Amino acid sequence: MWKARPEEKPSGSAAPAPSTTNTPTSTTTPATTAATNAAGAGNTSASTARPALTPQRPAENFRAEVAHIGKSVLIKGELSGSEDLYLDGEVEGNVDLKQHSLTVGPHGRVRANIRAREVIVHGKVDGNIAGDEKVELKKSAVLTGDITTQRIMIEDGAYFKGAIDLQKEKEGKSHSAEHRREISLSASAG
Amino acid sequence: MPQFFKLFRNSSTTAGAPPLASSQERVSRHSTGFQEFTKVIHAGEGLAVLDLGPTSPDNIHCITSLGHKIYNVDVLLASTDPALLRKTEDGAVTLDVEQFFAENLVFRGEQFDAVMLWSVADYLPEPLVKPLVERIHSVMRPGGMLLGFFHTKDAGPQAPYHRYHIAGPDTLELQQVPRFRLQRVFNNRHIENLFQNFKSLKFFLTRDHTREVLVVR
Repeated sequence: MWKARPEEKPSGSAAPAPSTTNTPTSTTTPATTAATNAAGAGNTSASTARPALTPQRPAENFRAEVAHIGKSVLIKGELSGSEDLYLDGEVEGNVDLKQHSLTVGPHGRVRANIRAREVIVHGKVDGNIAGDEKVELKKSAVLTGDITTQRIMIEDGAYFKGAIDLQKEKEGKSHSAEHRREISLSASAG
Repeated sequence: MPQFFKLFRNSSTTAGAPPLASSQERVSRHSTGFQEFTKVIHAGEGLAVLDLGPTSPDNIHCITSLGHKIYNVDVLLASTDPALLRKTEDGAVTLDVEQFFAENLVFRGEQFDAVMLWSVADYLPEPLVKPLVERIHSVMRPGGMLLGFFHTKDAGPQAPYHRYHIAGPDTLELQQVPRFRLQRVFNNRHIENLFQNFKSLKFFLTRDHTREVLVVR
């Protein structure tokens, strides 16, 4: 049901993962893929010309530890964990990732309350989101529920029905400038 | 219901238009009504503000950066939910008003200090208009302020629906949404009747054939 996706780490600015990248190729290990990517996308022959490149670097430096739930998976009940999660399937119940991030992919359908350090939504969520640090609604996001977080970013085109309650930051760090910049960037993108 | 509701009676949506399509272009304009409304939302922190228009990152940023809590319900889009349509015995299709208000504008004891209605009332299906205003009245705090825009007759039946984005303390940006069609034109008396349970109304006539109305609960 859960499978590690070492070759890919979704991030806030990255596009949603296409389904074609779900399975690593049989001839390339994740570490070599990462190393090749790090060496530069333009040099496509580098990995074949210099195969000894990989063992010289610690693989963990390049490994993105993101658990992945594929789009054909349906989970009912409590979903909790202590690592980042990319969710492209369906979840009904509750999602609790404590100090880790959750990305709801474009095919993701969540009918649950979500608690995580950072929540990024591309798909559909019916439920409240508590993002301890940050919540992002991408332009394809459809959220029906309340948001409680410290920082929020909503792209133009996202649908939102609910309340937003911004909490004051715990450690006294001010992200207001970044917050402003994110909002204005997303607004102009629309 | 008064005859003016029949003025542009029609489907509130334009056939064939994509569900959330809106023009990329924004037109900026001064708004005296919003300028007055701004005084309320600058009065202090921790207010509850209700935005009844389409989701706008600018509005959310503006309201939350002032330390307020914002609620967003796109009532016009919600009114187009096919699940709300019912067939009567004579075959006519009607909107299930009770179901609409069971699914929308349900707040657990929240009382709002400010409501941004924008021009939603001009485009909303007729059976929802009066109940919407009643629901707004029931969830507003006494002394709270509502900002609404109403087209005048001169705007014409093709007056486009706009998303309103807050661009400054007295400036709004308008972005066309081609999906929705003007349903009616309220005159001053109709507006006064619509908000008869509220404490006071203040009208501002603009150059683009719109009345900006500030309503105090």
